[in-house]
Amino acid sequence: MNAQNKQRLVVIGNGMAGMRAVEEILERGGAEQFQITVFGDEPYGNYNRILLSNVLNGSQDASDIFLNPLPWYARNNITLYAGVRAARINRNEKQITGSDGTTVYYDKLLIATGSSPFVPPIKNLYEEEKRLRHGVYVFRTLDDCTHIAGYAVKCKRAVVIGGGLLGLEAARGLLNYGAHVTVVHNMPYLMNAQLDAQGAAILQNTLERMGIAFRLNANTSKVLGEDAVTGLEFDDGTQLSSEMIVISAGIRPNTSLAAECGLTVERGIVADDTMRSVDDPNIYVVGECAQHRGKVYGLVAPLWEQAQTLADHITGRNLFAVYAGSRIATKLKVMGVELASMGCTEASDSQDEVVVYSEPKRGIYKKLIVRSNQLAGAILLGDSGKAAHLMQIFDRQSELPEDRTQLLFDIGPAASAPPLLEMPDETQICNCSGVSKGTLRKCALSGIRTVKGVMEATRAGMGCGSCRPLVKEIVEWACEGRLEEDPSVHYYVPGVPLAKPELVEAVLAQKLKSVSAVFNALADGKEDPGSKPGLASLLKTIWAGEYEDERDARFINDRVHANIQNDGTFSVVPRIYGGVTSPAQLRRIAEVAEKYEVPMVKITGGQRIDLLGIKKEDLPRVWKDLGMPSGHAYAKSFRTCKTCVGTEFCRYGLGDSTALGIQIEKRFQGLESPAKLKLATAGCPRNCSEAMVKDVGAVAVEGGKWEIYVGGAAGAHVRKGDLLCTADSHEQVLQMMGRFMQYYRENAKYLERTYGFLERVGIEKVRAVVVEDREGIAKRLDEAMQAGIDAYRDPWQEAHQTHTPHQFAEMITAEGTI
Amino acid sequence: MITKDTRMVRIAALQSIPAGEGRVFLVEGVPVAIFHARSGKVYASQPDCPHRGGPLADGLTGGDTLVCPLHGWKFNLETGKGQNCSIQTYHVETDSSGYILMKWPQITGG
Ligand code: SRM
Ligand SMILES: Cc1cc2nc3c(=O)[nH]c(=O)nc-3n(C[C@H](O)[C@H](O)[C@H](O)COP(=O)(O)OP(=O)(O)OC[C@H]3O[C@@H](n4cnc5c(N)ncnc54)[C@H](O)[C@@H]3O)c2cc1C
Ligand code: SF4
Ligand code: FES
Repeated sequence: MNAQNKQRLVVIGNGMAGMRAVEEILERGGAEQFQITVFGDEPYGNYNRILLSNVLNGSQDASDIFLNPLPWYARNNITLYAGVRAARINRNEKQITGSDGTTVYYDKLLIATGSSPFVPPIKNLYEEEKRLRHGVYVFRTLDDCTHIAGYAVKCKRAVVIGGGLLGLEAARGLLNYGAHVTVVHNMPYLMNAQLDAQGAAILQNTLERMGIAFRLNANTSKVLGEDAVTGLEFDDGTQLSSEMIVISAGIRPNTSLAAECGLTVERGIVADDTMRSVDDPNIYVVGECAQHRGKVYGLVAPLWEQAQTLADHITGRNLFAVYAGSRIATKLKVMGVELASMGCTEASDSQDEVVVYSEPKRGIYKKLIVRSNQLAGAILLGDSGKAAHLMQIFDRQSELPEDRTQLLFDIGPAASAPPLLEMPDETQICNCSGVSKGTLRKCALSGIRTVKGVMEATRAGMGCGSCRPLVKEIVEWACEGRLEEDPSVHYYVPGVPLAKPELVEAVLAQKLKSVSAVFNALADGKEDPGSKPGLASLLKTIWAGEYEDERDARFINDRVHANIQNDGTFSVVPRIYGGVTSPAQLRRIAEVAEKYEVPMVKITGGQRIDLLGIKKEDLPRVWKDLGMPSGHAYAKSFRTCKTCVGTEFCRYGLGDSTALGIQIEKRFQGLESPAKLKLATAGCPRNCSEAMVKDVGAVAVEGGKWEIYVGGAAGAHVRKGDLLCTADSHEQVLQMMGRFMQYYRENAKYLERTYGFLERVGIEKVRAVVVEDREGIAKRLDEAMQAGIDAYRDPWQEAHQTHTPHQFAEMITAEGTI
Repeated sequence: MITKDTRMVRIAALQSIPAGEGRVFLVEGVPVAIFHARSGKVYASQPDCPHRGGPLADGLTGGDTLVCPLHGWKFNLETGKGQNCSIQTYHVETDSSGYILMKWPQITGG
C-alpha cells in the first residue's frame, strides 16, 4: 500500500502511554494502515519516566532509560516533532497546529498528553510570569531531573514539598548529593493515599534513620530569599532554611487542548470503554490525561491495558475490545525501603476484617483488609516478599485461605497451586514488560521448560525483577513438574552439550582442531556465538601450534589485539616486562601519544602504560611506532607479572624479584587461559607487589627460597592465595608456576579465575598433582606448557601483515551501483 | 506521489569479509554493517547498536544471531528482531561470481 492510501494518525504526547499505544498499533500491523506523526513537547525520544527516580539517585544513567531513542522513530517511518507542543486542535478541519507553526492533518487523533505537576499556591514562587524561580523545581521530566541534580550539588539543605510516593523518592535521591533533606507534608502522616497512620509512622522512622527529616501538618505559604532561595515560611509563621525546593504535591492531567476544542473534560478527558473520546469517534485518549469510568490513573500498569484496547480497536483487530478499568497496586522505589500497597488502607465498616502484624523495631508492618473473604486492601512495609502474590490475589479478587497468616508469611506448605490454577490467563504477571500468565504458560508449553528460557523468550522478569518468584512458580506449574534445570550450567560452553572433561575427550578423539569443526561434530552444526570464544581458548590450549585459528571465533578484542572502549575506540597497553622501563621506551611512548593525539595516557594498576581512545584503523601504525610487544591487556591470557624492586635497591630485599618477574613475563607472555592470569613477585614478605593476592605469586623468604601462592584475588573477589610449595631457585619457580598454570588451563571452566578454580578443586588436590606428582602427569603438563610457550607469537606483528582482509578497517566504500 | 523502486548496489567480493565476521561499508553515503556468516549467507544491518551505539560489525555471529560487542545484546540478522529492541536489516545476496549485492531503495518523484 502506498502513502496515499494510508490513514493519517497523529499522536499528541510522546510519553509512556502514547508510545506504548503506538507500539501496540505497530504490533498489530498498523504500519500498513497508518502514516504516523507524533508531537512531543520534550525534545527526546520516549523514555521510561518511572526510572527518573533512579536517575536522580544516581543508580542509573539518563541514557539507560530510553525506551525508543530517536532512530526508532525513523526506522518505523514515524514522523516525530520532538520539542514541538501541539498548540491547537481544530476538529472541523481535522488539523493540529504545533507551537512552531507546523500544521498536520489527521484522520485519527490520539491524545496522550499525560499530566503536569500540581504547584500549590505559594507566595514568591515564580520568577516572572509562570516560570519557577531558580532553586525551585518540580519532578516530572528528564530536564527536571538534570536541573535538580545540577543545583543539588551546590546545596547544603534541600526541602521536598509533598510526602507522597514521588516526594519520598525525590528526597532519598537528594540525600545522595550530600544535602540535608527535609520533607514537608501538609497531612498528619506520609503517603496518606497508600498507608495508614501506624504504617506511615514506621516508614517515617525508617527514613529518618537514613537521614531524612520531616515536618508534618505543615502548609507552606511563602518562599524566602530575594535573589537566591533561602528557605520557606509556613502558615503558622515558622520558617525552615533551605537553598532548594522540590515540589511534589500531586499531578493534574493535561486537558486544556482537549477542553479548548470542545471535548468533554472532567478530572480528565472523558473516554469510553474503547478509549475513545465520548464526543468524537476519531479521537482516542490514553494515559494519565484520560478519565475512564470516573477514574484517572497515575501509574503505568493501567496505561498498558488502555493502550492494548485502543490498539485493538483503532486497527480493527478486535472491535469488541473493552477496557474495564484497573485495580492498582503501588510500590515505593526508595532505595533500602520495601513497600507495597494496594486497595484501601482502612476498614470501611465493622464487617471488614483487619489483620495486622507490626514489628516497629525492624521497620516491619503488614496489614490486610478483608471484605467478604476477598482482599480489599493490603500494606506490606519492610518485607514485601509476599507482595507479588497478594497483588495477584487482589487483582483477581480470589477467595482467601482461612489461615490468613499464609498471606503474610511464607510458613508451612506453600498454598500457591490453587490460586495459580484459578488465575485467568490475562492476569499480568510482569508489570515492566507487560507479560501475562497466559503468555508464560504458552511459552512453557511450547517446549521451553527452563525458567531462564521462558524469561528470555517473553522478557518477563527482566525489568525490576520483583515478579521473578511468581514467574518461576508459574513456569513450574505450567510444566507440571517437568521443569528442566537449565542443563547448560554444567557445560563448558552453553552451545555444546558437554562438560569440560567429555568435551576435551571428544576433541582429542575426533581431532577437532577448529571451532567450526567442534560445532559440526558435537552440536549438530548449530553455531552459538556466545560459545565461540570459550571453545577457541580451549582448542588453543589443547592443540597449541596445531590449532586452526578461525578469527570469527574470537571476541573483537582478540581480533584486533586491543580492548574495545565504550565509544568503539580501543586501548593499547604495550608490554613492559616486570614493570621495568627505560627513558628511551618512555620517550617512544610519549611520541606515539602525541602523534596519534591519544586522548588519555594512564599508568595502569598492572605496572604499565595504557594509551586509551585509539581508532581501530590506527592500531597497526601505533604498534609499529611503539616497537614494543603486546601487553595482552585485552585477552583471557597471561597478563602481567607485577614486581617490586627487591634486592636490586631495596634495603629489605631477600630475593631478586625484578629479575624473576621479568623471566616469568618473558616466558609466559600472552599464553591463552580460561581466564586472566595475573602474577607477581615480591622481594620479601612485606609483599609490596601484592603477590599473595595474585593468581600466581612468588614471595622471597630467608634462605634464598621462594614461596609460591596460587588462587589469590583482589578484584571483584578478594582471597588470599594458598601456599602451593616453596622453591629453591628461579628455575624451580618457573617450573612449578608453569605446571600449575597448565593444570589450570586444562581443568578450569571458561572464565573461571584461579580463585574459583582453587575453591572448587581444593589446594590439597592441586598440590598432589603439581608438586607431588601423584597422578604421574607432571612431565606431560611441563611438556604441554612448553608447547604452548613455543607456539606464542606476538599478535602485534600483524601490524606488518594483517591476518584477515580489512582487519583494522573502520569503513570500506562499497563498489557502487550496477 | 512517492514510489519506491529498488536497484542493486555492488558492495564487494564476498572474500573481502572473513567468514563469520562483519565489516562496515559505506553504501551510497550510508554506513551499513555487512556480515558473512559461516554458512555462506550474507546479512546486512544498521551499523550501530540501538542500546548504546556499540559497533555491531565487531560482534560475534553464529547462525543468524549477532551479539553486540559492548553489552551482549542479541539480534536476529534475518529479521532484525532482538530481545530488547530491533535493528534495521537490509536485503543482501551474492551473485554467481561471488559478489555481495544489496537491494537499495531508489526514491523517485516527490
Ligand atoms: C587498565 C586497568 C585499570 C587501570 O587503569 O589501572 C584495568 C582495566 C580494565 N579492567 Fe581491570 N584493569 C587493571 C587492573 C586490574 C587489577 C589490578 C592488577 O591487575 O594488578 C585488578 C584486580 C586483580 C584481578 O584481576 O582480579 C583488576 C580486576 C578486574 C576485574 C575483576 C576480575 C575478577 O574476577 O575479580 C575485571 C572484570 C572481568 O575480568 O570480568 C576487570 C576488567 C577490566 C577491563 C578489561 C574491563 C573491560 O572489559 O573493558 C578494563 C579495560 C580498560 C581498558 O581497555 O584499558 N579488571 N583489574 C588495569 C590494567 C592492568 C594492566 O596493566 O594489565
Ligand atoms: C519520578 C517519577 C516516578 C514514577 N514512578 C512510577 C512507578 O514506580 N510506577 C508507576 O506505575 N508509575 C510511576 N510514575 C508515573 C508514570 O511515569 C506515569 O503514570 C506515566 O508516565 C504516564 O504516562 P503518560 O503517557 O500518560 O504521560 P507522560 O509519560 O507524562 O507523557 C506525556 C507526554 O506528553 C507531552 N505533552 C503534553 N502536552 C503536550 C502537547 N500539547 N504537545 C506535545 N506533547 C505534549 C509531555 O511533554 C509528555 O512527554 C512515576 C512518575 C514520575 C514522574
Ligand atoms: S617487598 Fe621487600 S624487597 Fe620488595 S620493596 Fe617491599 S620491602 Fe623491598
Ligand atoms: S551497545 Fe550494544 S549491547 Fe550495549
